[in-house]
Amino acid sequence: MNGVRVLVGTKKGAFVLTSDAERKHWDVSGPHFGGWQVYHVKGSPADPNRIYAAPSMDWFGQTVQRSDDGGKTWEPVGNAFAYAGETGTHQWYDGTPHPWEFKRVWHLEPSLHDPDTVYAGVEDAALFRSTDAGQTWTELPGLRGHGTGPDWTPGAGGMCLHTILLDPSNPQRIFVAISAAGAFRSDDGGASWKPINRGLVSDYMPDKEAEVGHCVHRIAMHPSRPEVLFMQKHWDVMRSDDAGDSWREVSGNLPSDFGFPIEVHAHEPETIYVVPIKSDAEHYPPEGKLRVYRSRSGGDRWEALTQGLPQEDCFVNVLRDATSIDQLDPCGIYFGTTGGQVYASADSGDTWQAIVRDLPAVLSVEVQSLS
Amino acid sequence: MIQVLLPHALSRHAGIDTLLTLELEGPVTPAAILDQIEDRHPVLRGMIRDHVTRARRPYLRFYACERDLSHEPMDQPLPDAVARGEQPFIVLGAISGG
Repeated sequence: MNGVRVLVGTKKGAFVLTSDAERKHWDVSGPHFGGWQVYHVKGSPADPNRIYAAPSMDWFGQTVQRSDDGGKTWEPVGNAFAYAGETGTHQWYDGTPHPWEFKRVWHLEPSLHDPDTVYAGVEDAALFRSTDAGQTWTELPGLRGHGTGPDWTPGAGGMCLHTILLDPSNPQRIFVAISAAGAFRSDDGGASWKPINRGLVSDYMPDKEAEVGHCVHRIAMHPSRPEVLFMQKHWDVMRSDDAGDSWREVSGNLPSDFGFPIEVHAHEPETIYVVPIKSDAEHYPPEGKLRVYRSRSGGDRWEALTQGLPQEDCFVNVLRDATSIDQLDPCGIYFGTTGGQVYASADSGDTWQAIVRDLPAVLSVEVQSLS
Repeated sequence: MIQVLLPHALSRHAGIDTLLTLELEGPVTPAAILDQIEDRHPVLRGMIRDHVTRARRPYLRFYACERDLSHEPMDQPLPDAVARGEQPFIVLGAISGG
């Protein structure tokens, strides 16, 4: 590896930050798609020059942009996300059935092997796939249609499919997570799905352990152990050792177990990271101290990482797609804040520096490790 | 020649000028104008009106001749001054307010 490229989506455009393997000096380019809300930007693992971005704007709706030169230039591709077959209904805030309505793309997940294949998680929650480099999109309707879909209810932030994990050891296995429905798994390439929420407990639900309705914020896995999943839920940090069939809480000594992102170290499958947030009403760090917490034991025991991060008067948030790790050694970890800072650590979280401080509110951060 | 004024964000997205000129056969209606714009510039599909319902996107407005035509039927002929090319058909983004 001889460098990294950090892809940053913000409320008013996308930015591309590049550095050599030292990760000390950064070049910042952008804004790309200035003025557009860029919920996510992600590069293809199979071809790092192929990058997909999902800018949207309340006025003009959704676009999808594709770059074939590592983010230097972009071209708009297909933006038609039509639900398959009978649109159907989910539950609305007042308990009535509400037709599924496409609002925006939250997450793009390029295939591990084919640069032209990419998945899109959208609001209202559904999973789409393109096999022609983003020109056309087809829903995988088995997710909405597996049975619990009519019971899904949006949270205050909308009913979004925000997490897509592709199992590197089993091309037929896909995990997704939806706010506020829960986690789901397919073992047949996305044709059929089942909820995987056993062990989740959500006090805001009348049946705290219901099959669906849990507000999962993010799931992460290490590619060497795809059956082990880590989850940041609305409250609670959770772990599964059986591909989501059951979960147990590993919040341990965290100052707050509310938060959005969760990541796994590139080379240590039992080292995980979260960014605790005070509460669901107070979307900022406890005590005004921006701390990443690291567990080297796969949860339960956590240590605060603070060196280089603001430890007073800091009241930013770190959103669910706004953290990422690189594949270098030592592993780099990155996150962006709603205050427009992007922080990087080139030593697995021990020390941090701000790459940039004054971007628009950061919605997503993804890192590409370049060779 | 019919004139259409697009929001800056859309013209930039499509790589075209904000002021478009079109020639239409038949009635000059919002639907006919948008059909031709989308045929000529497919990247604008879904951005002025919904892909499926073909309804105007909620935060866009259609103005012409100092009138708000946003709530008129999409297949209703536009004022003669628009059809003669003397006044533009304006696609405008609603203000954010606040």
